[in-house]
Amino acid sequence: MIVNEQVAVDHGLKKDEYAKICELLKRTPNITELGIFSAMWNEHCSYKSSRLHLKKLPTKGKKVIQGPGENAGVIDIEDNDAIIFKIESHNHPSFIEPYQGAATGVGGIMRDVFTMGARPIANLNSIHFGSPQHKKTKNLLRGVVNGIGGYGNCMGVPTIAGQTSFDSSYNGNILVNAMTLGLVKKDKIFYSKAAGLNKPVIYVGSKTGRDGIHGASMASASFDEKIEEKKPTVQVGDPFTEKLLLEACLELMAGDSIIAIQDMGAAGLTSSSIEMASKGNLGIEINLNKVPCRESKMTPYEIMLSESQERMLIVLESGKEEHAKKIFDKWNLDFAVIGKTTRSKKIELYFNEEKVADIPVNTLVENSPMYDREWKKTKLPKKNKIKKEDIKHLKIIDVLKKILANPNVCSKEWIWQQYDHTVMGDTIQKPGGDAGVVRVHGTDKAVAASVDSSAVYCWAHPLTGGKQVVCESFRNLISVGAKPIAITNCLNFGSPENEENMGEFVECVQGIGEASEYLKFPVVSGNVSFYNQTKEEGIKPTPAIGGVGLIKDYKNMITMDFKEVDNLVLVIGKTEGHIDQSLFARTILDEKNGPPPEVNLFNEKNNGETLLKLIDNKLIKSAHDVSLGGIITAVVKMCIKGNKGINIKKPKYLINEIEYLFAEDQGRYIIEINNRDLKKVADILNKNAVHFDELGTIIKNELYINDKTKVTIDELSTSNKSWLTNYMSK
Amino acid sequence: MKSSVITFPGSNCDRDMDVALKKFGFKNKMIWHADAELPKSDLVVLPGGFSYGDYLRCGSMASKSKIMQSVINFANSGGMVMGICNGFQILVETGLVPGILLRNKYLEFICKNVFVKINDKKNKYFKNLNNKVLEFHIAHNEGNYFCTQDQLKEIEDNNQIAINYCDENGKIEDQFNPNGSIKNIAGIFNKEKNVLGMMPHPERMIDTSLSGEDGSLFFKNLINNLK
Repeated sequence: MIVNEQVAVDHGLKKDEYAKICELLKRTPNITELGIFSAMWNEHCSYKSSRLHLKKLPTKGKKVIQGPGENAGVIDIEDNDAIIFKIESHNHPSFIEPYQGAATGVGGIMRDVFTMGARPIANLNSIHFGSPQHKKTKNLLRGVVNGIGGYGNCMGVPTIAGQTSFDSSYNGNILVNAMTLGLVKKDKIFYSKAAGLNKPVIYVGSKTGRDGIHGASMASASFDEKIEEKKPTVQVGDPFTEKLLLEACLELMAGDSIIAIQDMGAAGLTSSSIEMASKGNLGIEINLNKVPCRESKMTPYEIMLSESQERMLIVLESGKEEHAKKIFDKWNLDFAVIGKTTRSKKIELYFNEEKVADIPVNTLVENSPMYDREWKKTKLPKKNKIKKEDIKHLKIIDVLKKILANPNVCSKEWIWQQYDHTVMGDTIQKPGGDAGVVRVHGTDKAVAASVDSSAVYCWAHPLTGGKQVVCESFRNLISVGAKPIAITNCLNFGSPENEENMGEFVECVQGIGEASEYLKFPVVSGNVSFYNQTKEEGIKPTPAIGGVGLIKDYKNMITMDFKEVDNLVLVIGKTEGHIDQSLFARTILDEKNGPPPEVNLFNEKNNGETLLKLIDNKLIKSAHDVSLGGIITAVVKMCIKGNKGINIKKPKYLINEIEYLFAEDQGRYIIEINNRDLKKVADILNKNAVHFDELGTIIKNELYINDKTKVTIDELSTSNKSWLTNYMSK
Repeated sequence: MKSSVITFPGSNCDRDMDVALKKFGFKNKMIWHADAELPKSDLVVLPGGFSYGDYLRCGSMASKSKIMQSVINFANSGGMVMGICNGFQILVETGLVPGILLRNKYLEFICKNVFVKINDKKNKYFKNLNNKVLEFHIAHNEGNYFCTQDQLKEIEDNNQIAINYCDENGKIEDQFNPNGSIKNIAGIFNKEKNVLGMMPHPERMIDTSLSGEDGSLFFKNLINNLK
């Protein structure tokens, strides 16, 4: 096939990008080389629109062993233990083929983690669907949940937490973000940097097929009416093979045979080989006839661009081939020496004894395009004034039931019951709480993790929204008694070529950076997904933040269920009555405008750290952060979980009852304490200048508000638990 | 007491079972599926997971593994063999216990705590347990027990039903059946009651910090019964 500008454009490259390739090579590339450039230079692999802005994120900290740039981030959890974690998107494939798209998303992120030597110990996910009324939503939700479960359950890794939301902006572009945490010894971490000359390059895992060719390019473009034709670009997952690959890799890693290892993810053999060569400042030579293929007559182009799953590339110490092969034979996996490292600093590919590609590594990596895209700043919207007549007729219980049954607040048990969340025998906090918690096997330590996003806030004001998501992650970890350590982010946005979408990205990243810097909660890994867009319609900006924290003694973990009748309930943090962009404003008043709640980083840090002090002093019986739906929603969830009730008395503020109960002001927690500890707790809070309200007392199974409103918790529980099950069984 | 846990390709509850058995005093060994002979054991466990990826039929390929001939001989000579979840599916495929396991009635994987009523205590697994009802944990997609009417009659006549899904008071009703199993069957024995297959995972119930402690009761009692 003759390569020209049109062929390059059909590969998703821009005309000037094609010109640059010709200039760098000082010739016209052949079709295999063009395929390699298109795979390396697309948005998904090159981060060409985002790199400039991602550089500004804080990525260092005392506990950070490895920040962005490797397969995943690594943090220190003491005693020579480390946690490796990352979140990644699989949005585009999941919309086209929900089961396989979601399944391979989970498979891919687990590979990123065990490539570095860690055994995966927990999975999380953040999934977002269109309006429940949209004709595709139900099937997409079912497919994605089946896919996540199908892969994770088979791997035997517990899915411990997650987040699901519905919004019409996802009608044409659902989001599927998968996160994995792995446990490793600090001195047994593996990296992707090749080293040494003439070292054997090994291919292990599944055979290479024609599936997923151009998957990364597909994920770098908007959708149009022809998306169904893109089904063949979706990879097919085989969790059984991945389980074998995991065990085989960990067995090989126990020795000292591996110099570098890299999984074949997006852009398959192309990106994995180039990444290893680039990091090691070396060349790699591959004989493509040696690559184990599933189908006959595969061309070099197809072999290089296949995104078949469950494959790894390893640079081995010379002479260790037999030892390594034995392990992969035992696990019934393909093993082939396909090439070697060279001095050339080039990727040189041979097929049928002919050289089919010859590209300097730096042209693909350092010289890849980087754009400073035009972007537009979002002004902070004006506040709305709630009119008295709009809320006068509202009955609190009716409003509360509506909020509890809202698709974004309701219980997601239908989803997480389909995920094995208890395998590995260390899950001490199951899904449905503020964060999932797993013990570090065989120790007293535990690791907490949560994943959060607030697309509505980010849409209303990206800078504030970006900050808010990081703070919410911080709060969720603290609510279970964990000290927050670091985050990973999955940045889901529309087209970077549209200046509004690009502006949302730039300002969300700025917000994330400011909050993570202030809270000393650095970003250690992440992923950008642009072009979540169908024609001109983009999604609401949805940065998802995966936070990880440490609980030194797992017995001190906190859960959100109310524990005991007569205990006191306090609200930590000040309630100003911010209703704009709250669930109340959007669903009850139908008011979509206005600014999101303000984020005060000092208060976030101070309130959170003070709560940790209370937890350290064993003064807290239960805790829960206040988010969507405000104080009353948070408190009722604690009642439902603990099978208790509460008698609430609104403190004498200037704001009215509705504002107090449904406002979504930030930096707040609900805590339960023993009556006799009130003075001690108040002293610590006062000493640290943390505002708190006494909200009420725990009673049996009923909710009273200011002595006049009354409802049973069972009734509220039904509202909260039935929506999703009913929706899915219709 | 010596126990052996078999690891098949795709087993994923083998470590959990190893941890549980050791916690309650067993000297446990992990045995590879391709080995020919079982070591001397007082108990052999086929653990949960997705042996061979559940391809073909759950448990079907694992039932033909090299080690299984040794396991079958051990069982036929009266040795204690327990299959949990995927291990139960493997046992069914070997024919050591009657019946089959279909996909769950609502076609969904289920992971949650359930209650089971002990139906028969004249066996080494449940003898001397004080409880009538245990809180166990299930996590499976194919746990819907099914057999022919003739088989069911035989199973009932021989008192081969080990445990049934029930509520916390031991009431066996349809609403407490998580997967559509015939007669709420959660676990069954072979005729001689030395082989037990069950869907629930006692090894996930050995710690108050986890899902509960009724698994501890089960294992403590089991090792005492074997002594």
